[in-house]
Parts: sequence; structure tokens; C-alpha cells
Amino acid sequence: MGTEQILGLITGILFGFLLQKGRVLRFEKQVGAMLLKDMTILKFMLSAILVGMLGILFLADAGVFTISHKPMNVGAVVVGGSLFGMGWALMGFCPGTSIGALGEGRWHALFAIAGMVVGAAIYAELYPWLSNTLMTWKDFGKISLPSALGLSHWLVAVILWAITLLMFYFFEKKGL
Amino acid sequence: MYLERKKKDGWSPYLAGALVGLLAIASAWATTQFMGKTNYLGASTTFVRAAGLVEEGIAPEHAAGNVYFTKTKIKVDWQFMLVLGILPGAFIASLSDRSFKLEAVPPLWKSYFGPSVAKRALAAFCGGIVAMIGARLADGCPSGHGLSGLMQLSMSGFVAMACFFGLGILTAHFIYRR
Repeated sequence: MGTEQILGLITGILFGFLLQKGRVLRFEKQVGAMLLKDMTILKFMLSAILVGMLGILFLADAGVFTISHKPMNVGAVVVGGSLFGMGWALMGFCPGTSIGALGEGRWHALFAIAGMVVGAAIYAELYPWLSNTLMTWKDFGKISLPSALGLSHWLVAVILWAITLLMFYFFEKKGL
Repeated sequence: MYLERKKKDGWSPYLAGALVGLLAIASAWATTQFMGKTNYLGASTTFVRAAGLVEEGIAPEHAAGNVYFTKTKIKVDWQFMLVLGILPGAFIASLSDRSFKLEAVPPLWKSYFGPSVAKRALAAFCGGIVAMIGARLADGCPSGHGLSGLMQLSMSGFVAMACFFGLGILTAHFIYRR
């Protein structure tokens, strides 16, 4: 193992530890969010995003590292994202949490993991065709929300903080 | 009694989530520092590499001829180790508060569809196939698009998350109706 692998492993162990402590690895929490009955995973994700956003925007502004947006390819993101949503609801895990669920003894996650490895192999076969069809619709490239809106990224960050805090207030008030 | 229950409930999702936010910042910094390339948290590309490794074992010529595997580069990289690391991390955390539990069928699923492992296995397997095709097409999952994408205010992150949850909510209400 080189530095890269050791660094990845340490990060993964910490990530898995926090995912488990936040109780977001549970099938019930994932499906509960999609049934709009238990917002644990949203509280967890949005908290991570709010905190991470500040550090990443600040350090990117300071030139410590660079932002890397994934391309806004309309066909790929919308169709792919929708397929993911359907599969996620049926499976009850996402890629990262399936591995963590196995770690806390929920061994039925193995079936989800096997399905995802097969899905990746199928995607690899479909890729040449998809890249000539769906992916050619419209590609806006690697854009950010602030640039699309023509606003400063700090202003967008403040707005997102405000919206998210309101959502948290709502979740707690409704006991979700 | 109260404290005991508290312990079993784990940490506040706000606290655990905020710590993941710090981890994401630290990890973007550390990968830049030690690998010369900024890496953000993600998981789904690893499933492609895992599929590639399996195919290299059983049908090496076929794997070598695949454009997507060539493009993704089949190797055990930073993200691969990150995804593997989630398992011992979750294991240690679950032992520390005795929430580790061997479970064959999730309780919620059982209450709707009964205790059959085969039925759950089939649903999870099919769901996994559809979800991973979608994640690779969209170029990310709730970690890559959701956490990392939104932290960086990527346009694709917002659109992907809306689709993940939009179709997730619709499908879950269809599956768990009544």
C-alpha cells in the first residue's frame, strides 16, 4: 500500500465510524427519508454539506486546492439520477452506506452490493452506446450553481445556510 | 435508563454530519498535500473498479477491450480504499455502543413483505443494478454528487440530488403503499 491507499483507508474508517454513529446506515433510515417519515439522513447530509462548504470555499479561495465540479450533462444527470432514485428506494442503501451496513452486521446489504457490482459491469457494456445517445443531448460542462445564477459563491452559501436551518427547524418541530 | 437509551440511539445526526463535513475538508486538503491531486469523498466509481477486477479475473480479454474500464482505470486507488475502510469503521463504531446486530432481513421490509430472505435478496439485487447504472450515468451517488457536489456548489450536485430524492420518494411510496 502506498501513501494514497493508506490515506484512503484512514479516511474511509473515519467516514464509516461517523456514518454508523449518525445511524444513517440503517435500511429504515434510508427508506424512512424517502417515505418522508424520518429525516435522519437529511439532517446528517445537510449538516455535513453546511460545514464542508465553508471550509472548501474558503480554502479554494485561498488557493490551497481546487474545486472540481462534475459535468452538468442534462441527459446523464437527470436520467441517471432518476434511475438511481428508483434503485435506491428498492435497495434501501446507497453505495457507501451498503458497505457500512455490512460492517454493523446487516448482512443483507451483501445482496445490494452484489447487485451494484453487476450494475457497474452492465453500465460498462452500455457506455459506448449511451455516450453516443443520451450523453450528447446537452452538456453545460463543469458549472457551479453560483455561476449559473450570476451570484457570488459566498452569497449562495449564506442563502443555503438560511434555507437549511429553516428546514432543520421544521424537521424538529414536526418530530421527523 | 434514559442514558442507556441515549447510548443506543447513537450520536445526533447533526453532530455526526458536521464531523463528516470537517472530514471532507481535511481529506480534500490531505489528498492535495500528499497525492498532489484534490480528491473529494465519493463511492460509486469503486463499484466499477470492483466489477473490472472481477472481469479481469474471469474474462481478461473482454475487460481489456472495454472502453469504460480503460477510461476509469481498473486499480485499487484512494477511493477504493476509502470504500473498503467504511466497513471496519462502521464495525468499530457498532461494537463501541453495542449496536452491532446480525440481520438477515430489515425489520421495515419484514413488516411489509415477510421474513423471506430470497424475496429481500431479489429486490436488493435488482435495486442495486438499477441504482448503479443510474449512479454511473449521472457520474455520482449521494456521496459524490450529494455531499461533495453540494459542498462545492456544483450545478450537477443540485440537479442530481433533486432526481435522487424525487424518484426515491415516488418509488418508496409506491413500494410501501397501504
